[in-house]
Amino acid sequence: MKILVCISHVPDTTSKINFSEGDTKFDTNGVQFVINPNDEFGLTRAMWFKEKQGANVTVVNVGGADTEPTLRKALAIGADAAIRVNTQATDGFSVAKQLANVIKDGAYDLVIAGRESIDYNGGMVPGMIAGLTQANFVNNCIGLEVDGTSAKAVREIDGGKETVSTSLPLVIGGQKGLVEESDLRIPNMRGIMMARKKPLTVIDPIDASAETTSIKFEKPAPKGAVKLVSADNLDELVNLLHNEAKVI
Amino acid sequence: MRPDLFEAPDYYNLDELLTDEHKLVRDAAREWVKREVSPIIEDYAQKAEFPTEIINGLAEIGAFGPYIPMEYGGAGLDQISYGLIMQEIERGDSGVRSTASVQSSLVMYPIWKYGNEEQRQKYLPKLASGEWIGCFGLTEPDHGSNPSGMVTNFKDMGDHYLLNGAKMWISNAPFAQVAVVWAKNEEGRIHGLIVERGMEGFTTPETHNKWSLRASSTGELIFDNVKVPKENLLPNKSGLGAPLGCLDSARYGIAWGAIGAAMDCYDTALRYSKERMQFGKPIGQFQLQQKKLAEMITEITKAQFLTWRLGVLRNEGKATSAQISMAKRNNVDMAIHIAREARQMLGGMGITGEYSIMRHSMNLESVITYEGTHDIHLLITGLDITGLNAFK
Repeated sequence: MKILVCISHVPDTTSKINFSEGDTKFDTNGVQFVINPNDEFGLTRAMWFKEKQGANVTVVNVGGADTEPTLRKALAIGADAAIRVNTQATDGFSVAKQLANVIKDGAYDLVIAGRESIDYNGGMVPGMIAGLTQANFVNNCIGLEVDGTSAKAVREIDGGKETVSTSLPLVIGGQKGLVEESDLRIPNMRGIMMARKKPLTVIDPIDASAETTSIKFEKPAPKGAVKLVSADNLDELVNLLHNEAKVI
Repeated sequence: MRPDLFEAPDYYNLDELLTDEHKLVRDAAREWVKREVSPIIEDYAQKAEFPTEIINGLAEIGAFGPYIPMEYGGAGLDQISYGLIMQEIERGDSGVRSTASVQSSLVMYPIWKYGNEEQRQKYLPKLASGEWIGCFGLTEPDHGSNPSGMVTNFKDMGDHYLLNGAKMWISNAPFAQVAVVWAKNEEGRIHGLIVERGMEGFTTPETHNKWSLRASSTGELIFDNVKVPKENLLPNKSGLGAPLGCLDSARYGIAWGAIGAAMDCYDTALRYSKERMQFGKPIGQFQLQQKKLAEMITEITKAQFLTWRLGVLRNEGKATSAQISMAKRNNVDMAIHIAREARQMLGGMGITGEYSIMRHSMNLESVITYEGTHDIHLLITGLDITGLNAFK
C-alpha cells in the first residue's frame, strides 16, 4: 500500500499572532512552526500501517524551502520519502491542485490529510483533492483500517460516530482519534540520523492560480474588564445582561 | 507538580546559528523531557530515587553517547547537538542530566578514545542502548580537587591485576553494571580499568541523605583485592591527562546543561510575575522584579553565546581545557544565581515542589562542586592567562 500524508507547516499553538503590511500578511517573525496537529495524527496512523502492514509512506508539503524542517521531522519520525512542491501555499484550491498532481503521479492508494490546518482553518483541501483525483472521501475521520483494497473508516458526526465501508483509492480528512495524543511520536536520534539519507524531492509547481485572496486579517477584540455582581443582587445582573451586554 | 508550560528564551535569535538538524535534535529532546521527565521528576526527587523507567527513553533520544559513531551504537552527532541534548535534559533535572553525562562522557568516551576495538565492541553498544549503565571512579575520600594524589592502585599479578582502594561521590554507582576506574600502577602511573559488577571484592554502597541531585543515585566504589582481567585495562592513554580528557567532555556538557536549568527558572519566574497579583497589579510590573528578570535574561543570553562558540570550537577540535573550564564555571554560577533570584520572586511558592525552582537550586549546589569546583576552575583560568600555577 502506498500512502501519501499531506503535511502542513503551521505556527505552534503557543505562538503570538501578528500581522504585517497593513494587516494583509501573517507576520512570521519569531514564530515557531510545527507539523499541523491534524496531520500529525494522520502521520502517526500511517506509521502504524507501515509497521503492521508494510505500507510505504511518503509525506508531501506545498511550500518554500523554509518548510523543509517540518518534512525532515516527518522523515525522522519514520516516513520513507518526502516531496516538497516548491511554491507558496496560497488558497485551498491552489494547494489542492498541486497535491492532486502529486497524487496522480505517484499513484497512491491512500491519502491522509488533516481535516483542517490550524493556521487558516480552511478545511477544504482534503475534499478538493478527493474530487480532483476522483477518489473516495471520508472527512472528520477518527478511525481507519485497511484490508486489501477495502477500507473501514470511522467518522465523527454530531453526537456520535459513523462507521463507513469504502474502498481504495481513498482520501481521508483525519483528526484526533485516528491515534491519541499519547501515541504521537518524538523523533529518536537514530531516526534523525536515518532521515539524512532519505530522499526529499523538490518538484516544480504546476500552473494553479489561487481562486481567493486574503484582503485583511483582524484579531478578536481584547477581552474587557470583568464586572463582579454580588450573588444576592440578581436584578442588577439581569439589568446588566439586558441593557449593557445586550445578550438577553 | 504543575503542568510543564516551558517556553525557551532566545533573546538574540541564537536559533539562526543552529542547523535544522540541531533544532530537530533539540526539539525532540525538549518534547521528550516535557512528556516523560517533567510529570514524574518531582516525585522521584522527593523520594530520593533515580527514575529507572526513563533509561530507555534517554537512550532513544540519544542522550547516551550522542557523538559516539553509529558503528558503536551512538548517534554520530556533533558537539553542539550533544550540548543541546544536555541543555534540554538539565532543563528537566540536573540529576537526570548527570546520569546522561556520566554515561556519555565519562564511560563511553574513555572506552571509545582510550580503549581497544574489542573493548569498544563489547561495551559501547550496550551502553548506548541503556542495557548497561556505567559510572566513573576518579574522586577519592581524601583526593577531590587533587586527583593526582589518589591512592587507589593495582598490582600486576601475572594473569590479572589486583585492584585496591575506594572512590567516593560516584554518580550511578549503586546500580551501574560497569565502572571506569582510575588507579595507579606499581610505578605510580594512572591507568583506566573497566570493572564490572559481580567481580569479587567490588561493592558500591549508596550515599544517602543528599539534599541535592536527589533524583540521581550516588555511591562509593570499594575495591578489596578485586581481580581485574588484564584485557580490561584501557590501553591507549595513561596519566592524569586521560581522566581529564573525559572531564573536558563532561564539563562541556555541564556548561550547556546549566543553561537549561537557568532557562527553566527564568521561564517559571517570568510566567509567575505576570500572574501573581500584589497591591492590585502583577508583580512583574514592579521595578525590583523587572530588574531580576532583565538580569536573568541578559546572563542567559551571554551564556548561550559563550557556549555556542565553545561548541563550534569543540567541533573544530580547537577548544582548550581552560576554555571549557571558563564556560562550566560561568554557566553554573549564572544558573545558581538565577535559581536563587527566581526562588525569591515566587515567594513561599518557590520553596514547594509545585515548581521546579527549589529543586534546580539544590541540584546546582552539586553541579557547582563536581567536575572541578567553582574555585578550581578559576585557578585553571588564572594559570592559563598568567602561566603561573596557583594550585601548589
